Amino acid sequence: MSAVFILWLRQLKRYFRSRARMIGSLGQPTLFLLALGFGLGPTFARAGGGNYVQFLAPGIVTMGILFTAVFSGIEIIWDRQFGFLKETLVAPVPRLEIVLGRTLGSATVALIQGSIVFVVCLAAGFRPAHPLLLPLALLFMALIAIMCTAIGTAVGSVLEDMQGFQLIMNFIVLPLFFFSSALFPVPDVPGAMRFAVRLNPLSYGVDGLRGALSGGFAFGAATDLAVLGGLAAILLAIGAYLFSKIEV
Amino acid sequence: MGAIIEARDVVKRFDDFTAVDHISFTVPEGVIFGFLGPNGAGKTTTIKMLTTVLKPTEGRLLIAGHDPVKEPLLVRRAFGIVFQDPSLDGELTAAENMELHGVLYRVPRVERRERVESLLRFVGLWERRDDYVKRFSGGMRRRLEIARAVQHRPRILFLDEPTAGLDPQTRNQIWEFIRGLCRDEHVTVFFTTHYMEEAERVADEIAVIDHGRIVAEGTAAALRQQTGGRTLEDAFIALTGHSIRETEAAPVDRMRMMRRVWLGRR
Repeated sequence: MSAVFILWLRQLKRYFRSRARMIGSLGQPTLFLLALGFGLGPTFARAGGGNYVQFLAPGIVTMGILFTAVFSGIEIIWDRQFGFLKETLVAPVPRLEIVLGRTLGSATVALIQGSIVFVVCLAAGFRPAHPLLLPLALLFMALIAIMCTAIGTAVGSVLEDMQGFQLIMNFIVLPLFFFSSALFPVPDVPGAMRFAVRLNPLSYGVDGLRGALSGGFAFGAATDLAVLGGLAAILLAIGAYLFSKIEV
Repeated sequence: MGAIIEARDVVKRFDDFTAVDHISFTVPEGVIFGFLGPNGAGKTTTIKMLTTVLKPTEGRLLIAGHDPVKEPLLVRRAFGIVFQDPSLDGELTAAENMELHGVLYRVPRVERRERVESLLRFVGLWERRDDYVKRFSGGMRRRLEIARAVQHRPRILFLDEPTAGLDPQTRNQIWEFIRGLCRDEHVTVFFTTHYMEEAERVADEIAVIDHGRIVAEGTAAALRQQTGGRTLEDAFIALTGHSIRETEAAPVDRMRMMRRVWLGRR
């Protein structure tokens, strides 16, 4: 277990030491929040959707977690290129502990990043509807973080270098984000797209977080928790399996 | 003295390419053993098998009395390794890199502290212990990697081209450290290098591998005598020929590249 802890700690140290990355990955969610929140806000309100910033904020927090988690998971590729991965792979520690430490570390980093984005949302005028539900919101954020990091771990275990970066961005990360309920209310979109949104695991994270923060679950809190928890476990298992197959 | 490394009829095939072809050798405990060969001869593949990273296709290996395929964790505890490419975390300090290694290898906390200090002092990095490794020179990194590799008191130290890319001063210094550690820590050293004069100077025993087969074994003097060469380099060239290996390595590299492209990994 001490191996899990020290690798978890390493991910945190790396995060806190690279301020540039911390601030850089804060830029995107902030831009989305400001541009969409205030740009589309009036239109959203006229259409009867209510306060758009209030609707959007949970989606933006999810975005912050998603981006940080996936890329923190993909750090495996850097570690492979810069060699540190080998040091852990020849250590007398089961691979499961190594992948667990890394993944939990990256998920913690993503959770912290998500919390910072949450503070940015507060600054932009977002107010949680039920302060008592904040612990539930934190639970959803943690589940989203673990699930997304596991995706990063799985992808990072399979890819050899950063050449696939654009591929991951355009075919995994951005579709997960855009085809979730982060930016728009699900019931109003056309059938095929609604189907895609319902298939997207991230939608359940957004829905859970929105339910806990702004009020109103579209799928129901229990469904959200079950889907997220189940998927996080499955993806974690897949990530761990693919990691165990790495040869250096 | 007993053998601490034993390879019997070991074969490693990648698809239809045989990287290591029925090699057998033993390394007695306490010696400095040089494993030499041209590029693509099978050196790194052999080290990877000895260090549990790759599984042999055929044959049997024994490292400190354990089979790396059946008891990988016991084998990993018994050796330390310095890889051909750097394997430090540049975002961590020297002390943190040591600490992480100590925890992974379950060195008890008190002993860990002592070991980190004495080893960092030994390689001359104690004053720089709180500096980020990304600011270290190549030679400093190598010294840190060597100190790290012996932190858990391994019985065997694997060094894959430990002096590649370093200037002669640093190379000499690195070998001084390795010899010192070998003496103080009673560790058996298994190394590869392309610098024949280094091998001639430090190796107690040498094995030469070419095209995946062991082509000669013995002391540097015995190899010189066997081939009639004046230096080990003459002996090496007499044993492995004058041809440059790029042409022969290329198909292998290409194959590996293809596998990487199609399977997404190696």
